[in-house]
Amino acid sequence: MTDRVDADTDTDADAGAALQRAWREERAAVLATVARRLGDLQKAEDAVQEAFAAAAVRWPAQGVPDRPAAWLTTAAWRKALDALRADRFPVPARAPDPQDPPGAAVTDPEPGLDVVAAEDDVLSLILTCCNPALAPEAQVALTLRHVAGLTDRQIAGRFLVPEATLTKRLVRARGKIRDARISFELPDRTRLEERLVEVRAVVYLIFTEGYLASGDEPSVRADLCDEAIWLARQLHRLGPDPETTGLLALLLLQNARAAARRDADGHLVPYDEQDRTLWDADAVEQAKQLLATTGAAPPGPYQLQAAIALLHATAPTPGQVNWTVIAQLYDALARVEPSPVVEVNRALAVGRARGAQHGLAALRPALDDPRLAAYVPLHAAHAELLERAGDPAAAAAWERAAALAGDPEQRAHLTRRAVRAAPGPAGTTG
Amino acid sequence: MLGGPVKYLLLVANAPDAWDDTDARPAEGVDDGVITDWAAYTLALHEAGVLVGGQATHTPDTATSVQVRQGRRLLVDGPFADTKEHLIGYYVIEVPDLDTALDWAARVPNARTGTIEVRPLQEGSDAATVLATGRAPGSA
Repeated sequence: MTDRVDADTDTDADAGAALQRAWREERAAVLATVARRLGDLQKAEDAVQEAFAAAAVRWPAQGVPDRPAAWLTTAAWRKALDALRADRFPVPARAPDPQDPPGAAVTDPEPGLDVVAAEDDVLSLILTCCNPALAPEAQVALTLRHVAGLTDRQIAGRFLVPEATLTKRLVRARGKIRDARISFELPDRTRLEERLVEVRAVVYLIFTEGYLASGDEPSVRADLCDEAIWLARQLHRLGPDPETTGLLALLLLQNARAAARRDADGHLVPYDEQDRTLWDADAVEQAKQLLATTGAAPPGPYQLQAAIALLHATAPTPGQVNWTVIAQLYDALARVEPSPVVEVNRALAVGRARGAQHGLAALRPALDDPRLAAYVPLHAAHAELLERAGDPAAAAAWERAAALAGDPEQRAHLTRRAVRAAPGPAGTTG
Repeated sequence: MLGGPVKYLLLVANAPDAWDDTDARPAEGVDDGVITDWAAYTLALHEAGVLVGGQATHTPDTATSVQVRQGRRLLVDGPFADTKEHLIGYYVIEVPDLDTALDWAARVPNARTGTIEVRPLQEGSDAATVLATGRAPGSA
């Protein structure tokens, strides 16, 4: 087997395409392998950048290597060692001694530095970036920067913070990883499962940042959804866990409705009024197949939410949604992961499945909870159920929700509902 | 007089803004004079026969605060900020990584009511090493 392809007129284009593919598909593995051995994310990232820069020069001239990831890993490792020597830092004890002259031509993969364990390395890199000893916003920034490969500027733009702020946050987080010795090793199985709960939360947080994006830059921020889905796919590939599968399915299902969520003027379209032909049927089908693989164990919160989203996505019309099953799924969700948002949605589902009065009864404990007095979705759900029950108190409930709403668009929507419910005992909307 | 000599903890504090600007710190390996002062002071303690131990911490932004409430472990990125809490003691432990240190921190009895701040110590900055090498860490 040759390490080179024949030089021809397409070499430049081939090399360019191979480099792009490697950047997207192999960069995290290369970084992870080097970072794990160095214990220093900053030095590893610098070395990987240099390795890609070297590839951009060499691949068009010498052809694309058979195993681009191995080539890049070896190149990055040598760059890292060169940098360590230049800094006069001792080589860390866990590093193998390659005994190679600096600047040696990269042809064969470094012995012992092959990408055999790259999958474990990528997983450990994700765990390091999402270590709970780091602030949540640092976890998100590190994951997007080092796992997904976004630039500081791209991340800053998506989170609407100045680039300098984002860079400072990353520098500080990498300093803590290095100085406080946040591990790059995979934890044991029990701990790994705990940590994956946190990793999934970070991926979901990235998704919701993109999904809830509003204002002037929805399109820039919306691709955070794609990054989150890419991250969920990596996690799913690295460790098949029913909850990770559930997360990926949930993200696919929520994202499948992206095109229908806003009208031509950019206003949010309520779920019931969305044009279902705009939903991404392929994504829904993918999610359905993923959920079919999760097995018989009691489902966790992401699987339950995905199952609910799937029932919505596969109903031919809003009137044909199986609310009875959805209400049962919310019951289960309220048991495994109780939260105000789950209680509100559970009451709405009960209202649809068994009638508005039952929904109102289900909502009662939340309405009586003083901690939720200013929770907008609770008052909106209360108004919705009152309206369905034909109770004239609905208008006042919509107004209460509108008065509490912080987002102008949401407040306008709630005020319209209040006006619509006001003229008399309605109960005709839906 | 009752009892023998007493051990005292000297807590070394610094103005927060002294750590704010990374650029303002001397680069690693650069001796700005301050490092020699520390080494000289450590030597003075040793020669007086009063030194028990001591070590430099990493900066506060490498700290992690651990609390255990209702059996659940809560982590906060950073030093404990609640001024109503005050220092009641310390342990120095040596473990492979931060996760292991946090596991031990969560087992400190008062983690259930108070806060355990976990701060890495600078390698090679302990008093014994400083005395053995005759210089402070980072000095050339």
